[in-house]
Order: sequence, then C-alpha cells, then structure tokens
Amino acid sequence: MNLLTGNDLKTGDVIWWAGDKGWSLHVADAADAGDEGEAILAREEAARRVNASYIVAAEATGKGPMPLHIKERVRASGPTVRTDLAINTDIPIVNA
Amino acid sequence: MTDIIIFNDRSASDAVAVSLEGFLGASNTTAVRIEPGEDIRELLPHLDRVALVEINFPVFGDGRGYSAAQILREHGFTGELRAIGDVLVDQLAYMLRCGFDSADPDQALDADAVQNALNRYPHVYQKTTGTAPISGRRPIWEIRHE
Amino acid sequence: MYKYDEYDQAMVDARVEEFRDQTRRRLAGELTEDQFKPLRLMNGLYLQLHAYMLRVAIPYGTLNSQQMNMLGHIARKYDRGYGHFTTRQNIQYNWIKLEDAPDILADLSTVEMHAIQTSGNCIRNISSDQFAGAAADEITDPRPWAELLRQWSSFHPEFSYLPRKFKIAVIASDEDRAAMRLHDIGIQLIHNDAGKLGAKFFVGGGMGRTPMIGPEIRDFVPADELIHYAEACLRVYNRYGRRDNKYKARIKILVHELGKDEYTRQVEEEFAHMKTLGLNPPVAELARITEFFPDPAYDTTANDELDLTDPDFRIWVEQNTHPHKQAGYAIANISLKPTGGIPGDASADQIDLMADLAKEYSFDELRVTHAQNIVLPHVKKSELYALWQKLDDAGLAPANLDLISDMIACPGLDYCSLANARSIPVAQKIGQRFSDIGRQKELGELKLKISGCINACGHHHAGHIGILGVDRKGVENYQLSLGGSGAEDVSLAKITGPGFDEDGIVDAVEKVTDVYLRDREGDERFVDTYRRIGMVPFKEALYD
Repeated sequence: MNLLTGNDLKTGDVIWWAGDKGWSLHVADAADAGDEGEAILAREEAARRVNASYIVAAEATGKGPMPLHIKERVRASGPTVRTDLAINTDIPIVNA
Repeated sequence: MTDIIIFNDRSASDAVAVSLEGFLGASNTTAVRIEPGEDIRELLPHLDRVALVEINFPVFGDGRGYSAAQILREHGFTGELRAIGDVLVDQLAYMLRCGFDSADPDQALDADAVQNALNRYPHVYQKTTGTAPISGRRPIWEIRHE
Repeated sequence: MYKYDEYDQAMVDARVEEFRDQTRRRLAGELTEDQFKPLRLMNGLYLQLHAYMLRVAIPYGTLNSQQMNMLGHIARKYDRGYGHFTTRQNIQYNWIKLEDAPDILADLSTVEMHAIQTSGNCIRNISSDQFAGAAADEITDPRPWAELLRQWSSFHPEFSYLPRKFKIAVIASDEDRAAMRLHDIGIQLIHNDAGKLGAKFFVGGGMGRTPMIGPEIRDFVPADELIHYAEACLRVYNRYGRRDNKYKARIKILVHELGKDEYTRQVEEEFAHMKTLGLNPPVAELARITEFFPDPAYDTTANDELDLTDPDFRIWVEQNTHPHKQAGYAIANISLKPTGGIPGDASADQIDLMADLAKEYSFDELRVTHAQNIVLPHVKKSELYALWQKLDDAGLAPANLDLISDMIACPGLDYCSLANARSIPVAQKIGQRFSDIGRQKELGELKLKISGCINACGHHHAGHIGILGVDRKGVENYQLSLGGSGAEDVSLAKITGPGFDEDGIVDAVEKVTDVYLRDREGDERFVDTYRRIGMVPFKEALYD
C-alpha cells in the first residue's frame, strides 16, 4: 500500500494523509492512496494543507499501516533516543 | 517591454540582445546576452560599443551572473546592465548592489514588493564598484571611519 | 566581546523584518516551497525528519551569559526544552514552528544574535579556536579577524548564491583546535619575517563524500589585504565551481580538478585586480574591532596552585582543564557527553546554569567547541573546585574531554532527513561500553567521530576512530575507519573493511582499542600507534 506523508506548513509536524479525515499526526490513521498519490498530493500542496509531501511504501499490519523503510518508521515514531518526545512509541523501528 | 523593472533613473534600452558569440562576430551590434557559463571578460575589449548587457539567470540559484555584473562594472562599463530569467524579488537587492540597472523577470513581480526589497537594508557591509547610484554606496566600515 | 553598533543592529533588525515578510508570503501561498526554501535556509531554518529545525549562529563560538540565557529561553518557549550544540560551534533546535520563526529571530536580535547564513549556499558562520583569547599558545586573538570576516560575508551581494555552502575557519596557533585544514578556507594567523601579522591561506579542504585536506595557497596575506584575498578566492570559486552536480560543487573539487597551482594562479590574478578597487576595510577597522576583545581584568596576584586532594576533582582538572595564558587561571571545559547521553544536547536548565556559571566564574564568557562541548575560558584556579561542584550537581562534569566517550556525533536518522543510519544510539552504546573512566584514561586521547551518512557532519573522516552509518538494503550498517585527525596532524581516516551492525560496531571499536593497548610503545596515542603499525594488525583483530 502507498501512504502519503509530509509536514504541516505552519507547525512542521509530520502528518499522514487519512483520506476523508484529512491529515493526521498518527500513522495508524493513514489511508492507502493506491495509485492516486501524485494527484492527491498536488491538490493538497496547492491548498497548503501539506508541505514537502511524498509517497511512502507501506504494509498493513495488526497495528495498522506501517511504512516499510526505517526512515519513515522513525518519522512516524519520533526520535528513538527521546522516546519521551515520541508521537508513537509502539512502532518497531528495526524489523525483527 | 512594460515588465522591465528599472532600479534607477535611467531609461531601459530597447536594443535587442544577441548571444556573446553573435556579438563578438558582428561589429554593428550594441546589445549582448550573457549566459552563466560564458566568460564575461571576453566582452571587456568591446565595452565602448555596448549599450546593453543582459545577464541571464536560468535558475535563480545560479549566482554566476552576480560576478559577471561586478566584473563589468569594475572595468568601467557604464551602459545598461539587465538581469533576465528566473529573477525573483528576494534577489533584487543583491542585483542592484552588483551593478544591475534593471531586471526583466520571466514572471512579473509585484511593484510594492520590489520597492520593499530594494529598500530593505539601510546599510551595506561590502564595498562594490557599480556605477548605478546604490550599487556604489558606502559600506559600513567606511562610514565608521569617516 | 564584540558589541554591535547602530549599523550592525540595523542590519540584523532588517533581516528579521525581511524574514517576517518572507514567512508571511509563504504562509499566504505567494511563495512556493521551492522559492521559499533558499530564503529560509539562509536564515538557518531547515525542514528536517520530524519538524522545522532552526540553527542559530554563534559567531566564532563566542557568547556571553545574556546570549546563553536567550538560547535557554528559546529552548523553553519555542522548542521542547533543549538544544543541540553543533560541530560548527552553533546551536540548533529540533522542534520549531514556521509561524514562530520570525519571533525567534526577533528575540535573538535583542541580544545581538541571529541565524543569518547558518545554511544555504553562502558563506556560513565563521569558526575559530574555542580557546581564543585565553590559550597560552596563540600569537594573537583570532576573533577580531573572524569578526571582520563575519561582517564582510554577511549579505554579500556577489557570494550569496555560490555553487555550494562555504565554510571558513580562523586560528592563531600551531595547535589546531578548529579543524582548520578541513574548511573551504582555513586561515592561520602568523607573523612574517618582518614581524608583521598576517594570514596564511589554505583553500579546498572539507569532509563530505570526498574528503580533502586544504593545500596552502599563500603563505602570507597582510592584514590590510585580507578581504581582497578572500574576495579573490571566492570569485574564482563562484565563477568556476561546478554547478552541474551538487556532490562535486564544493571548492575542494574545483581546487582538485584545476590543481592547486592553477587555482592559485587564478586567485592571484583576481587578487591583483581586487587591489586596484579598494574593497578592503582599512586597518583602522580591524583595530576598532580588536578593541572589543581586551583581556579581562585578571587578578594578577591569583594563586596558581590547586588543591587536588578530592580525587574526582583531580580527574576532572587533569582531563577537562587547559593551560591559560594568565597565571592563576585555567580554561575549563564542560563536557556535554555524559555516559549514555546525546552528544551536544543540553537542556534549557543546563544552558541557563552554564550562563550563570560564566557570569560568576568566567568574566561572563562562554565558548562552543567544534567537538560539541562548552568552554568557560577564564576561570580562576582558586574557584575551580566550587565551579566543578556546581557542574557535577547538574550532570555537567563528565571528566572525559578528548577521551573515547567525548564523541562527536551528528544527529543521524533520529532527526536528520539526509541520514541513512542512526548515530546517537551507537554513541550511547560505545559510551556505555567504555563507561569506566579509568579505562578511558588508560586509552588516552582518542577522538571518535560518528556520521549517519556520507555528508560527514559527524567528522568521521577526521576521527582517530571514525564510524560511518550507511543503509544496506534498508538495514543500518556501520563502517569503521581509522587514523584520521582534524588537528595540526591532520589526516584522513581509512576504512578497515566490511561494515558491522549496531552491536557489531561497538565490539569492533573495542577490538581496535585492544590492539592499541597491546601494541603501543611509550606514550603513543591511539592514532600514533596506528600510524606506526598500519592497518594490518587492526584488520586481523577485526576480521580474522
């Protein structure tokens, strides 16, 4: 599946496209954009609802959608060395 | 022509610029367009017949045109120096100080924003040798030691 | 310390308003991200892995307590209660909101600070020796020269859209504490045969994916020609530096491709032309700036003896203090490398405490080091014990300066959008493995530097032991290198062989230190032993 991510223009927060619900801080809310990613992002960037956006390959898991690459998992989680600041502490950073 | 922004009180030349190669090959032309990779110093022996030099900024992040402008002014060029291409409002003040007289941006700029940008900084730290009024303004260190 | 006059203040104030306007235009959609990006970068504002990051300039690493307090205030008010001191002697904040950024710059301007040119393809913050003005071995204080260069490079009309970023360092001693030869321009102040003070220029050093040691291109530039010469170096670069490939755009590649001699010839030709233009500030301007850097009012009767009966204090003094040019005083280093900590991070409370301690014990002065530590440059020896106790209470007295746990580490994949692997967890694990201070002291001076990608912000090429994190098919992998140095014995580290996983790299570091302990002679440091015996014994220990 394909997720869409970027940053909130004003706050810089990492956000995930959640379909009809707009954008969410939590990757668990992320929706599969299928093949529509480019078109959705063009529309959302133009409306300044997201900044510096891109498409992320992901898989469905018991905990919801999970990016495949470590970089996107760190993005979804927060710094692994400051779990006190993490937005999501239950994301496995490294595949077991 | 109407979109040309003039930084000072001179009037914009309406000469049609040709490439550097074309200019060097034809003794009757008076306007030349310089691309980033070209050596502006090739023009120096011919300054007496140049009325207009257009310096192209194909992308705003390519800063070679600033050096080209400075070199022209340092060698006494007094004709019109015009920035063309991807010229954005936030680069105008630097262009002015490197000796440009005018700009003809690909995309039209808001007139108020242009004035704000050109008048933003009250002082300059570096001395430049341009002939346009503001490009040759006195640097802070000179004012400090007058 | 340098004090702004009305002109300096007006320039910084204008910049704040300019950025406020640019930010407004971006938020209103008048600027695209592509157009806004270089503008925000020239004000130190990045978009990182999790949020905007703001890098604040600390010119030549010098600041006073009021400025340090402001850094604490920003951490508390606009960020999440901490900041990260960088290898460019700056500080960066990881959780900045774009809508707050203009206000932060406005707050900074009230204490003569800014974020101007802390990023972007322009001349960056000038770095210098963190012991400037205090070191016993300097021939002059390099900071007035650095300030002259700061003003010259600020808002430079010709050199704000260079092929790539540009870093300048100025030092004034033979001992190089600023990695001067690994800068785009490294300047060493020297006396010529006639006893005149001037600058030796090294051009084309750098780290990144193609590390180079900058060759000397001129042995002496007089004080009243410094700016002309720098202009000449930059103009040749601006005109001919590569713009077709960002990975080949630094000046080191130009100097390498042209050859040192041809680059120098072009600079000399441009320099001869510059001299006819009168662009150099008069020596009176350097003299004016120099007056802001007098020696503090030392107590010349201060006792030079130290009571070292407290064994913990003794270890800290031995490791973390440096000889001061004034008898009765010492240079005190505050290590931001506690065991298991994040190298270079400090909380807002720690930042405020260091500001208070600078006021009380160090004539109101602090320095930031390229090794991501803090310096109190002028501490009376008789007050060192009291200072140390207060530092210790706040977790700021690790006695590990220049030891294996005093690591440089970039933010890595925990924060940085360019990183391929995490750096900080590796630093933490190595710190824990070598937590015994006696063991660290046994290993002696050992500079370990970790980068999370090939851009080398963690200076791994210059580490006695260097670690480079790479992405191997989506898995973090760490390459080990040995034999680098950023000091006066400058050298570039060489890779040992295949990389290791996160735990493997910790074991590998331990193995190479074991080889050192086995094979060292006399008082050799790790890097000396490596240079004498070569790579083979280390490879045998690692891979056989």
